[in-house]
Amino acid sequence: MSVSVERGIQTWIEQMDAPTASFFTTCVHCGMCADACLFYTETNDPKYTPIHKLKPMRRVWQQEFTFWGRLAKRLGLSKPVTAAELEEWEPLVYDSCTLCGRCSMECPVGNDITYMIRKMREGMVAAGYAPEGLKGATSRAIRIGSPMGVKVPALMAQIKAAEAETGLTIPVDQEGVEYLMLLSSAEIMQFSEIIGAVAQIFNEADVSWTISTEAFEATNSGIQIGSSDLAGELVQRIVDAAEKLQVRYVISPECGHAYTALRWEGPNLVGRSYPFKVIHILELLEELRVEGRLRTEGMEEERVTFHDPCQIVRRGGIVEPQRNLLNMVAKDFVETEEHGTMNWCCGGGGGVSANERAEPLRRKAFNRKKHQIENLDIAKLVTACSNCRNMLEEGLENNHLESIEVVGLTEMLAEHLVIDKKEQVAATAQE
Amino acid sequence: MTETDFLNWVRGTGMQIALTVFLVGMIYRLLENYLIGRKKSLAEPKGDEWRHGLNTVWRRSLLHSNLTTRGYFTLVAGYIFHLAFLITLFFFAQHIEMFKSLLGFGWPALPPLVITVTAVLGIVALIAVLFHRITDPVKRMLSDFQDYLTWFLTFFPLITGFLLITQSSLPYKGLLAVHILSFELLLIAIPFTKLSHMVTLVIARWYNGAIAGYKGVQS
Amino acid sequence: MTDHRTVGDILRGQGISRRGFMKFCAATASMMAMPPGMVPAIAQALDNARRPSVIWLSFQECTGCTESLTRSHTPTVEGLLFESISLDYHHTLQAASGHAAEQAREQAMHENQGKYLMVVDGSIPLGNPGYSTIAGISNIDMLTETAAGAAAIIAVGTCAAFGGIPHANPNPTGAVGVSEIIKDKPIINVSGCPPIPVVITGVLAHYLTFGTIPELDKLGRPKAFFGESIHDRCYRRPFYDKGLFAETFDDEGARQGWCLYKLGCKGPTTYNACATTKWNAGVSFPIQSGHGCIGCSEPDFWDGGGLYRPLSATTADIGTTALLAAGAGAVAGAVAGRLNKGAKSQAQAQHEKLTVEDIEES
Repeated sequence: MSVSVERGIQTWIEQMDAPTASFFTTCVHCGMCADACLFYTETNDPKYTPIHKLKPMRRVWQQEFTFWGRLAKRLGLSKPVTAAELEEWEPLVYDSCTLCGRCSMECPVGNDITYMIRKMREGMVAAGYAPEGLKGATSRAIRIGSPMGVKVPALMAQIKAAEAETGLTIPVDQEGVEYLMLLSSAEIMQFSEIIGAVAQIFNEADVSWTISTEAFEATNSGIQIGSSDLAGELVQRIVDAAEKLQVRYVISPECGHAYTALRWEGPNLVGRSYPFKVIHILELLEELRVEGRLRTEGMEEERVTFHDPCQIVRRGGIVEPQRNLLNMVAKDFVETEEHGTMNWCCGGGGGVSANERAEPLRRKAFNRKKHQIENLDIAKLVTACSNCRNMLEEGLENNHLESIEVVGLTEMLAEHLVIDKKEQVAATAQE
Repeated sequence: MTETDFLNWVRGTGMQIALTVFLVGMIYRLLENYLIGRKKSLAEPKGDEWRHGLNTVWRRSLLHSNLTTRGYFTLVAGYIFHLAFLITLFFFAQHIEMFKSLLGFGWPALPPLVITVTAVLGIVALIAVLFHRITDPVKRMLSDFQDYLTWFLTFFPLITGFLLITQSSLPYKGLLAVHILSFELLLIAIPFTKLSHMVTLVIARWYNGAIAGYKGVQS
Repeated sequence: MTDHRTVGDILRGQGISRRGFMKFCAATASMMAMPPGMVPAIAQALDNARRPSVIWLSFQECTGCTESLTRSHTPTVEGLLFESISLDYHHTLQAASGHAAEQAREQAMHENQGKYLMVVDGSIPLGNPGYSTIAGISNIDMLTETAAGAAAIIAVGTCAAFGGIPHANPNPTGAVGVSEIIKDKPIINVSGCPPIPVVITGVLAHYLTFGTIPELDKLGRPKAFFGESIHDRCYRRPFYDKGLFAETFDDEGARQGWCLYKLGCKGPTTYNACATTKWNAGVSFPIQSGHGCIGCSEPDFWDGGGLYRPLSATTADIGTTALLAAGAGAVAGAVAGRLNKGAKSQAQAQHEKLTVEDIEES
C-alpha cells in the first residue's frame, strides 16, 4: 500500500484518543502557546503558533468524531483535507517543530500540543509528506542501521582508537554483562571521546558492560519522522540484541530522542514490556555518584551553564542528575533563568537538524538560545545530547560566540575522573 | 407577548430548555471524547499519573514562565475577565437566589458595591480581550466565527446585568428578561463551542499532568 | 332620568367649601403630574362638568375592586367625587335588581348614547359563555353590546385589565381582559388587585376634567400612577442597594426592615403607586408591613412562579429536568462514544504497516 492523503487521514483516525479529543475540545484560541515556541518568538510569524500546526488534523477529528462535524460531513458541508493542505502544513509540522514540549507546559487550559504533533506526523508520513532529509535519514537507519550511514567497521575503528587512548579493552558483544551501552551515530563520528570516557568511568566503578555490533544505534529516525511502524522496527533491533546478550539494563546515551524512543515509546512500539530496564547514561552516572562509585578530582574554574536537552529533561523526566553531576566538577555553575523543565530548545531536535530545508528557520530560532546565554559570561556550555552539541556549536559560531566551548557532560566528568585502577577489571558475568 | 409573559417564560420554560441543552450537550460531549479511550503505556512509569494529573489541574492556573508582552496581556486581561465574571456570577446575592432554586443551597454574598466594581472590571477586561483578539496577529489568525460569537454571548449577561443594577431609567422588567435570556443563551452555547473548556479544562490539564507525570515530570 | 346638576353643584350641596374644592383640584393636579397652572382649569372644568352617566359592568370578579373603591373611613373629596357621577348600573351598589336593573342599564345606554363612561371589573370568559352570565346574558355579549355606545372604558382591576386570577394557569374559563375583546374604544387599564382607590378616582377626575384619556403606558395604564416601579420608590431601596436582605419573615433582617427581595418581592418588575400613594389613605403598603410586593398590577402575576419565589430564581422544576437531561445526555453520549471507538478500532484493524519503501517512494 503506498502513501496517499486517504492513508494519512485513516492514520489520524487510528491515532485519535480521549486526550487528543479533549485537547481539541478545550483549545480557546488564546495563542499563548506561541509564546512558548522558539520558532514563533524568534520570527514573530503567527503561522508558527503551535496549535495552528495541528489544523488539518483537528478538522479530521471534527469530521470523524464529533456530532456536528459528522452531520456537516453527511450534509456535504465540510471541507475535506487536501493534498495541497498537507503540503502547506509539512514545513509547519517538521521544520518549525522539534517536539521540544514547551508549548505543552505553557498552555493555560492544559493541552499537550507536542503529544498531538507526534500523532500528526504519523498521518503526514503515511500521506507521503515529510522532509526529504528526514526521509533519507530514516531510509538509512532502516536499511543500514544508522541515519548517518555508519556501519560496524566505522564503529570498530572508533572503538579501537578509544582503546588505544585509554589503555582499556572495550567489551563488544559480551553476553551476560549487566549493561548494554548504546551510542548515537553523531557520537561515533564526531564525539567519539565518549566511548573512552564511558569505558574509564565504568572501569573505575566496576560496571560490567558491553557494546553490541547488532544494535549500537540509539537514535530513532522513525520517531522523528513520526512512523510508529518504522520506529518500532528500530527499537526491536535493540530489544533483540539486549535479549540475546541477556543484559539487565540498556543504557540510552547522550542523545535526546533516543531516550524518548527507547524508554517511553519503545515498549508500546514493540507491543510488550521489556525484560530489561532502560537507564539513561545520566541516571547511571548519578547512581554511581550517590553510591560513591564515581569519584572526581579538581574543578572547572571557569563559569559554565547547562543546556537541558528537551527529550531527556522536559519530555524524559531527568532533571536533577545532570545538576548534581555538574556540581561535582564545576565550581561556577550558573543556571540560565529558564532552566530544567522550562529550558529552551537548541532548535535542532525532532528531525529538524536532518532537514536541510529547515536550516534558515533553525538559524533564526537559535537566537532564543543566544538570548539565554549571552549575558551569563560563560566559558563552557555543557549538555548531554550530541545533536544539541552540534546545534549549539553551529549556532554559537554563526553568532560569533565561538569563545564558548560546548562540552558533553559525560566527557567532562571523565576528564576529572579519579583513576585508581591501574589494570582493567575484567568484565564479570552476572551471577 | 407582553414583557411579563417574556419574563415568566425565561424564568420558567426558558431555563428548563437551557439547562436541558446544557446538560445533554455537555455530558454527550464528555462521553463522546472519553470513550475513544486511551492506550495504557507498557513503559515502566517513573511517577504517579493521578497525583501529577491532579497537581497540573490547579498548578496550570499559576503564573507562567517568561512571556512576551502579548502573552502577558492575554494572561492578565484573561484572568481579570474570568475572575470578574465568576465573582459577579457566583457572589451577587440575587444570583445566589437563582442558584438556590437550581441546586437547593446557597452561600454568602459579597456586598453590591464590590460586585458593581467587579462587573465594571469584567466589562473592561472583556472589551480589552476582544480588542486584542482583533489586533494581535496570532489571535486573529487563530480566531473563527465561534470565537466572536462566544464573546458576544459572554458580554451580554455582563452588560445587561450591569445596566440592571446601575441604570434605573431603563425598563427593568424587559431588561431583566433579556438578562436572564442572555444567560440561557450562554448555557446553550457552552457544549457546542470552546466555552466547554470550563468543564473540559480539568480533563485536559489532568491528561497533560498524567502524561508528563508518568515520566516523572510535573507539567 | 337625567340630572342637570353639575359636579360643582353636587359638591357644594355636600358642604364642600371652595377652599376644600381647590385643595382637591391641586392635589389631583400634582398626583397626575400636571403643572400648578392647570389647577384653575381643573377647578373650572369640574365645577361645570355634567354628571356623566356611568355604567359599571362586573364580570368574573371577586368584587374586591368595588370594595376597595368604596372603602372610606372618613369621607374624602375623592369619595364624594365618586358619588357625583351618575352611577346608572352597578350590581353591588344599585338598589334595583332583576329586570328592573337591566332596564335601567338599557335606558341609560339609550339616553346617553356615545357619551357614557363604561367601567368594567372582572375578566370575561371566552370559553363556554355559561361560565358567567348576568340575567341570562353572557359576559361577552353584555360587554360588546354596552361598549358599542360608550365614550370610553375603564377596566378596573387586573382581571378586567389583563385577565387576572381567572386567567391564571390553566385558565379553565378562557378568561381575558377587556382590551382583548374591545378594539375600537379607548380603554384605560387601571390594574391592581385591587387598585388603590385614589388611582381610580384620579383617573375619573382626569376624564371628568378634560374629557380625555390620560397618558397611558404600553399596557394601557395611566402613566401618572403606573409609570414607576415599586422598586424605584420603595423606602427599603437603600437596603437593596446595600445588599441587606431579610431571609425569613421573622429574622433579624425582617425586624430591621431590610429588603424583601429574597422573600419574593416583585417590586422591581411591578408598576403601581403603592410605594408613594400607599393604601388606606396613605397608612401603609405591603412592603411596609413586612410582606413583599406580589406584583398585582402586572399581567400574569399569578403565574410568576409563586409569591415567595425571588425574581432571580427559576420557576421551572429543576430536579426532574436535570435528571432527565443528564440521563439523555449519558445515553446519547455513550452511543456516540462507542461509535467513535468503533471508528478508531476499525481504522486500526485496517492498518497496513508503513515500510521504508513507502517513504522512499513518496
